[in-house]
Amino acid sequence: MTPAANAEKMLVVSGLETRFNTSRGPVAAVRDVNIEVGRGEIVGLVGESGSGKSVTGLSLMGLIDAPGEITGGRILLNGEDLRSVGGKRLRQLRGDRIAMIFQDPMMTLNPVLRIDTQMIEAIRAHDRKISREAARQRCRDALGLVGIPSPDERLLAYPHEFSGGMRQRVAIAIAMLNNPDIIIADEPTTALDVTIQAQILAEMQKLCRQRGTALIWVTHDLTVVAGLADRVYVMYAGSVVEQGPVDALLDRPIHPYTDGLIRSIPSHNEPGRPLHQIPGMTPALDRMPQGCRFHPRCARRTEGCLSEIPLMDFGGGRRARCIHPLVEG
Amino acid sequence: MTAYLLRRLGQTVVTLFVMSLLVFIGLYMIGNPVDVLISSSATPQERQAVIAAMGLDQPLWFQYWTFLSHALTGDLGKSFVYNQPALRLILSRMPATLELAFSALVLALVFGIPLGLLAGLKPKALVSRVIMVSSILGFSLPTFWIGLMMIMLFSVKLGWLPASGRGDTVNVLGVPISILTLDGLRHIALPALNLALFKISLVIRLTRAGVIECMQMEYVRFARAKGVSEARIVTVHVLKNTLIPLITVIGLEFGSVIAFAVVTETIFAWPGMGKLIIDAISVLDRPVILAYLLMTVVLFTLINLVVDIFYSVADPRVRLGEAAE
Repeated sequence: MTPAANAEKMLVVSGLETRFNTSRGPVAAVRDVNIEVGRGEIVGLVGESGSGKSVTGLSLMGLIDAPGEITGGRILLNGEDLRSVGGKRLRQLRGDRIAMIFQDPMMTLNPVLRIDTQMIEAIRAHDRKISREAARQRCRDALGLVGIPSPDERLLAYPHEFSGGMRQRVAIAIAMLNNPDIIIADEPTTALDVTIQAQILAEMQKLCRQRGTALIWVTHDLTVVAGLADRVYVMYAGSVVEQGPVDALLDRPIHPYTDGLIRSIPSHNEPGRPLHQIPGMTPALDRMPQGCRFHPRCARRTEGCLSEIPLMDFGGGRRARCIHPLVEG
Repeated sequence: MTAYLLRRLGQTVVTLFVMSLLVFIGLYMIGNPVDVLISSSATPQERQAVIAAMGLDQPLWFQYWTFLSHALTGDLGKSFVYNQPALRLILSRMPATLELAFSALVLALVFGIPLGLLAGLKPKALVSRVIMVSSILGFSLPTFWIGLMMIMLFSVKLGWLPASGRGDTVNVLGVPISILTLDGLRHIALPALNLALFKISLVIRLTRAGVIECMQMEYVRFARAKGVSEARIVTVHVLKNTLIPLITVIGLEFGSVIAFAVVTETIFAWPGMGKLIIDAISVLDRPVILAYLLMTVVLFTLINLVVDIFYSVADPRVRLGEAAE
């Protein structure tokens, strides 16, 4: 790929593979994942627990801890391959160009450090020369931006003096401090009340649109993605099984797994009917089925599903790994 | 804060009262100091006179009452042996013990925290394994044996350091201090190190466990995601969280070092409280034993108070008023 081709796509992930070295040998938690995110685009990354969506998010940040490691692929951020830039450059990019928010707001802030300490260090890590007062002002603005009242006082507070929703706002403010090109949000609303969840989703969407910040929203909840994202990637057992614009994907899913996910959402239209379930369970990482990884749970499987299935183009920006698609391409 | 301090003071008074009662009865049952103190050649009349002078002919409750009423005026009785006020005797020996305990504590922190940090950050590295194995030795080898070996090696064989006494002292506000003179430092080095070995091992293990735990916390990952340098993550994020359990244990250990530095003080002939109490016990010098144990209660209470204050500084989630309720 030439740099010119990447100009539009700010983040290009191709062939990403992340492995964990277990006592029974290495297992790939993420395999052949390709993701492209344009400038200011909001992308959903959906999957069940264990589908590899969080590992994908952490891989993009270079935050995979031992015994895990990225074993293949390229992660191009503004044309720079994060896998080959080295630790120093990666640290410079993290929190500055590419930021991350985590699931549990009770755990992401250090309980013994004041909010201002935790915010200012995020600025100083990338700009050593900034004055204390200027850094404070930026923190104040960022807190105001995410809707935290009287930011001046709150800067001096400790994390335990905030509610869960407020802590997640602080985390979002920290991620936005340096005006990054992209934020990876790893289920940041899962641990919150539904009302707070809706507020934060709406604010996050507004902020990213205003500032032209791209967003990868990692979640297990298709309904969250429906109102938020431009495009969706559906992950199953470590790889992307379907991708496409959000409306098309939700209305007319191609992959039987996506269809199963959508039909599992409790619906208001048919009260009293038993909920749909996808039969079987997500396979264990070290016992992946051959070929299409979904085939043991799939009603449409045939002999052909046992061979490796590539991501196929279905037009309109839609792709899926399925030889028995629900929608003809 | 004032209410908190008053409550702590009240608790201390109750503890002192109970402690004095228990020790008084205990000492009464152990044996008669007269048998030890008076030579067997004394006549029955002389013997009777001494017993009466010491008040030992009175019933137990009356003896305790006398002690208590005097204690309220700050008089804990006179040593049978030295014929000096017991409290003054102990206070005169206390600086030496405090100095020794404090030096041991400093050594424990200066060696323990960096080594524990290293072992916690790279748990699988060879150097970490060496540190951990050494710390097991520090735990399990008896203090007195190490003390003797240290004397053998550094004093007898190599002749680098003296094996006994305090050396030259400097008076600071009327209190003799060894660590301010070179000779004093040479004298305190071995006993302090001997006393510190166990604590170093303890601090290493606590720090290592804390660091390993903290490094897996989500806030460390978040700090990395912010682009914060690894050095800052370790020294600010991880160390500050690790200090919280460390403060508690170190506080308690400091108390026990002060109160029970007996073995080390005996081996190195360090003229501290520990040596005094051993001598007092062997001749059943009741007032000294009693005063010493009460002093220990006061020290422990003070140390716990300081620990609580440090704790509330290190951990913003802890508030002193609530802690006592």
